[in-house]
Amino acid sequence: MTPLDALESQSIYILREAFSRLDRVAMLWSLGKDSNVMVWLAKKAFFGHVPFPVLHVDTGRKFPEMYAFRDRYAREWNLDLIVGDCPPIEETDPSLPPAARAAARKTAGLNRLIEARGYTGIIAGIRRDEEGTRAKERVFSPRGAGNVWDVRGQPPEFWDQFRTDAPPGTHIRVHPLLHWTEIDVWRYSAREGIPMVDLYFARDGQRYRSLGDRDITHPVPSDAATIAEVIAELTVTETAERAGRAMDHEREDAFERLREAGYM
Amino acid sequence: MADTLPTVAPARAGAARIADEAPLRVAVVGHVDHGKSTLVGRLLHAKGALSETKVAAVRAMCERRGMPFEWAFVTDALQAERDQGVTVDAGHVRLAHGGRSFALIDAPGHREFLKNMISGAADCDAALVVIDAEEGVREQSRRHAFMLHLLGVRELVVAVTKMDRVDYAQTRFDEVRRDFTTLLASLGIAGAAFVPVSGRAGDNILNASPRTPWYRDGGLLDRLGGIAPRPSAANRPLRLPIQDVYKFDTRRILAGRIESGRLRVGDEIVIAPADHRVAVRGIEGWAVDGPILEAEAGQSVGITLDEQVFVARGDVIAHPESPAFETDAFRGRLFWLGRAPLRAGARLTLRVHTAETPVTVERIERVVDTARMTDLADTEVPPHAVADILLRGRAVLALDAARDLDRTGRFVLLDGPDIVGGGLVDLDGFRDRRARPARKATNIARVDHRVTAEMRADRAGHRGGVIWLTGLSGSGKSTLATELELRLFGKGYQVYVLDGDNLRHGLNANLGFSPDDRAENIRRAGEVAALMARAGFLVLTAFISPYRADRARARRAAGADFHEVYLRADLATCEARDPKGLYRKARAGEIADFTGVSAPYEAPETCELVLDSGFRSVADCVGALLAHVDRTFPLDRPAPATPGTLRAVT
Repeated sequence: MTPLDALESQSIYILREAFSRLDRVAMLWSLGKDSNVMVWLAKKAFFGHVPFPVLHVDTGRKFPEMYAFRDRYAREWNLDLIVGDCPPIEETDPSLPPAARAAARKTAGLNRLIEARGYTGIIAGIRRDEEGTRAKERVFSPRGAGNVWDVRGQPPEFWDQFRTDAPPGTHIRVHPLLHWTEIDVWRYSAREGIPMVDLYFARDGQRYRSLGDRDITHPVPSDAATIAEVIAELTVTETAERAGRAMDHEREDAFERLREAGYM
Repeated sequence: MADTLPTVAPARAGAARIADEAPLRVAVVGHVDHGKSTLVGRLLHAKGALSETKVAAVRAMCERRGMPFEWAFVTDALQAERDQGVTVDAGHVRLAHGGRSFALIDAPGHREFLKNMISGAADCDAALVVIDAEEGVREQSRRHAFMLHLLGVRELVVAVTKMDRVDYAQTRFDEVRRDFTTLLASLGIAGAAFVPVSGRAGDNILNASPRTPWYRDGGLLDRLGGIAPRPSAANRPLRLPIQDVYKFDTRRILAGRIESGRLRVGDEIVIAPADHRVAVRGIEGWAVDGPILEAEAGQSVGITLDEQVFVARGDVIAHPESPAFETDAFRGRLFWLGRAPLRAGARLTLRVHTAETPVTVERIERVVDTARMTDLADTEVPPHAVADILLRGRAVLALDAARDLDRTGRFVLLDGPDIVGGGLVDLDGFRDRRARPARKATNIARVDHRVTAEMRADRAGHRGGVIWLTGLSGSGKSTLATELELRLFGKGYQVYVLDGDNLRHGLNANLGFSPDDRAENIRRAGEVAALMARAGFLVLTAFISPYRADRARARRAAGADFHEVYLRADLATCEARDPKGLYRKARAGEIADFTGVSAPYEAPETCELVLDSGFRSVADCVGALLAHVDRTFPLDRPAPATPGTLRAVT
């Protein structure tokens, strides 16, 4: 097995555990590179089918290219797509800095969907190498009442034995890409031919490393116009993947607070 | 504005550079405050895996707290960790060195967070044990070493840190090395590499330090780079635990991950614990080039079989020449993570690979305090201790001894939803309950029926199935079975009673009442009942069948349409009835191994129906049984016009 085969196999195992062990599962599809890989892995795990709903928590502030991508591949991939909207920024925690408040809308939108549809499992495409608190995540990560993450009291998780029971009013976040890195995602996408939003590829000397809301996401200088060039760039870059995501950097504890409150 | 802000990612390009091989996973473990996180931060910095902006961010965090620069803040990403200066949960970071890539898992050293240390270290290829040169080997150094041993992490590099605090004294380094080598030897771990380092000053991280001229064996990363990843299990016996069964389209696909060995299309396989012998028709895939003909350890696969047999999550596929062990009891070497002590009699849930069953802790044989490495003269297991315990499950599981195949030989225990321990399976002295006699004939091919179960059910007006009555001698099994048979026959059912005594006159004439013979008696009865059920009959059985495992085997033989009915009657009532005079003989010592008197009866923990046949009347019990059959094996046509000679039930 190659390293990419090993990554794929582990993710498939996790997706199948989630489908087997959790009652009502849904997968988050942000339209970004990681969640496209995740949908692809689900089709691998379930032999061409995605046997649970795919959620797009829509802030209404994504790039037009992202909406076009969503509508096309929801159809081509035969997804059971559910779009949930987000409350206005006024309803978020006012003690957070501005970009974090914008991001908190997405948490609120997700919480609404979970409550309305009674999901006990939410599959999300976060990775350990993205950010420090994600580096400490579990594969099956319980969320308590109000969907909060008790980061200081995480359950033991080893030998691929996961905590799979969610008491009423709580759910489990499932992270099938936790062990992947950014370059793994691109190498796998290249190997499998997974479609991606064009914004990831350079135009006029700039490209997006990570996609979020229009107004709080910034491109990085780059000439990488193809997946192969993106992979080549990542082997030498000195810039962090989420450098262009303003919400990560406003205040030392801002991102941790977002995640404790239910952000991905 | 945003693009001028500092970066926060814990590792950047350094991780990405080498991705042609899987990273070597290294757990960084050791006693609290011995400098694990500091060392990890230092390693990342030394390899250029930290940007200046990240370093600046850490500097700002330290200034805000009015403290000197702290390397540990690179991985201590949580506010609580920084505020208290203690790693709470394992942080995962990447770096590359000398053509290899590493995933470092910075595990917490505080005893309270042992569960997090185990979560971080369990699947690692190697460990970097950090020991403070001043403090030497401490409680968590010992405990972590013991855990690494149980987790199967045998490749160790030991960093003796804070050498700057002991003036780089070789004598102190040698003392620590001697102490820890002795401890590792007692765990059967040899060949650990020791490196004198200073996380703060950076000695012997990358290159030999001039301050330790007496040490010439290479920097820390070079020593880690010399470790081979855990070998692939592809050349070991095949084990494919079933994770799920899918029927999304016309294919019925068994999904799971090959934990060891190789599987090829056309292979003859045995699926334990029901011991179905079938062949692999295909290995399925989506978006793959061409047909898949072979798969090996580590791969998540989906397979189809040449014959439809009843398979469920937790079953294990193996090759017939090297099957898994089947047992409902085993000895486990357990590390206990529960908050309260574990006592004999505790009822928990056991998981081994994808199998799960309720278990009872039958006995606690030995308890070890891992912080002191001493045996405790105790009958309970305190938190964080290791113990040898005897576990008995409700169902027979297919598994392995950990020393033979680790991935199917390790278990976890759950209390409610929580994982409260893990351990290794030891099968010495336990009996393999694989279906006996082992199939001796070879070259047997199953013949496909052209009359299907549906066609048979259609003609009979009901599905075939097994109503399995179990209970003490005198609990009413034969009485109720024959009465029910008559009533159901009158209604138009194809029904037949298999009675224990009757079978012992013929098919089972060569069997006595020893535990082994009883098991064989029930195995044959279960197989005959299953055959008749497949032929379309509703089979009523009347066997004491005292062992849970034997009844579970009969259930597996019959598949889904097996209904266990427990006739609950206390021993005194049954003994007073004594319809065959057997209790009298048993009490007189004329019958050995008599259930209830000199042999155990294991009452069902779950079953489809319980009847208090000790005090309920025969009519009452038959009524309840009829109602159950009516509900679960409904007849889709009216009773025959002439109901025959039904006698009233009194």
